[in-house]
Amino acid sequence: MLQTFRFAAIVGLTVSASMLSLPAASHDFSVGDIEIGHPWARLAPASAPVVGGYLTLTNTGAQSDTLIGGTTAAAERVEIHEMRIEDGVARMRPLRDGQEIWPGTSVELEPGGTHLMFVNPVRALSEGERFEVTLAFAQAGDVTVEFVVQKGPGDEAGQGTEHEGHAP
Amino acid sequence: MNFVKLFRISVWAAIAVLAGFLVVSTQLSDQRQPAEAAIGAPRVGGPFSLVSHKGERIDNRSLAGRPYIVFFGFTHCPEICPTTLFELTDLMAELGPDADKFEVLFITVDPERDTQEMLASYMTSFDSRITALRGSAEETEAALKAFSAYAAKVPLEGSQYTMDHTAGVFLIRGGGSFGGILDMHEPRETRLEKLRRLVSA
Repeated sequence: MLQTFRFAAIVGLTVSASMLSLPAASHDFSVGDIEIGHPWARLAPASAPVVGGYLTLTNTGAQSDTLIGGTTAAAERVEIHEMRIEDGVARMRPLRDGQEIWPGTSVELEPGGTHLMFVNPVRALSEGERFEVTLAFAQAGDVTVEFVVQKGPGDEAGQGTEHEGHAP
Repeated sequence: MNFVKLFRISVWAAIAVLAGFLVVSTQLSDQRQPAEAAIGAPRVGGPFSLVSHKGERIDNRSLAGRPYIVFFGFTHCPEICPTTLFELTDLMAELGPDADKFEVLFITVDPERDTQEMLASYMTSFDSRITALRGSAEETEAALKAFSAYAAKVPLEGSQYTMDHTAGVFLIRGGGSFGGILDMHEPRETRLEKLRRLVSA
């Protein structure tokens, strides 16, 4: 009994320690004047050829910057797309020139709008899983961030439940 | 004399501008018709025949007498399609036994890439009562027409392409008449109510 308790305590301490040491606690990243808030990827259906990725980009600097692309070992390639619904029709187009972030502003890559698309994932990504993506900015350069796999925008890893509605 | 000539020229110019405007606006409205029709008063219930991810042929006659809902999409779609299917799965769980009273159809607008095997694997992530359907290019076109839905292939760089497609979920009553559109942006309670009304009608 005591042994079990001791084991649980050690596991608990180890887990909290590892959580504290990770940037995952706040799950924000930065490079140069660019802050990257909570990168997450949408839990995809089995064998889905594409996975959507979302994050917040904030430019704290005095000059404009542009997210021009990214790479990840988890998928064949990373694309930046915009999505719109016009007259009831969903239209998706690649943003060839990337996503610009004006000085002193934030840009949300969120469901229903501009998003990253991970094309041909090398394996299925499960809920709560984290994977590394290197994002490339025209001015700030490259930065490696961790995307967490979630069911929807509001579902933090491991806290989502089956009956929780997804935000639109 | 000069005035008459000027007048005549102006009239002809006006006619030319008007004619040009008519041609352009007719073409534009032709292009937009499917989407507008889907929101306005669509002609639904036309004939269609497709094959399910389990290999069964399903057509408008085999569905007769039972309410059903139809969503057009494709698997190379990172957002609307998986989200709609996950949300339908959640709504069906919440509806409980009522969810057994209607069929849920996901028709691929991209039969070229969405093979039956691909769809069979894709569908394991959702409520097992949701049926994916695919057909040849002609069968797919007929299915779109049956619901006044719209889909178009959009070439991208290289040999890549994406699909534009009607985003709403069509509700078809047991009698085969059009019962409205389920919009995934409207409140969850509204969507549940629409589905409850569909099965109680």
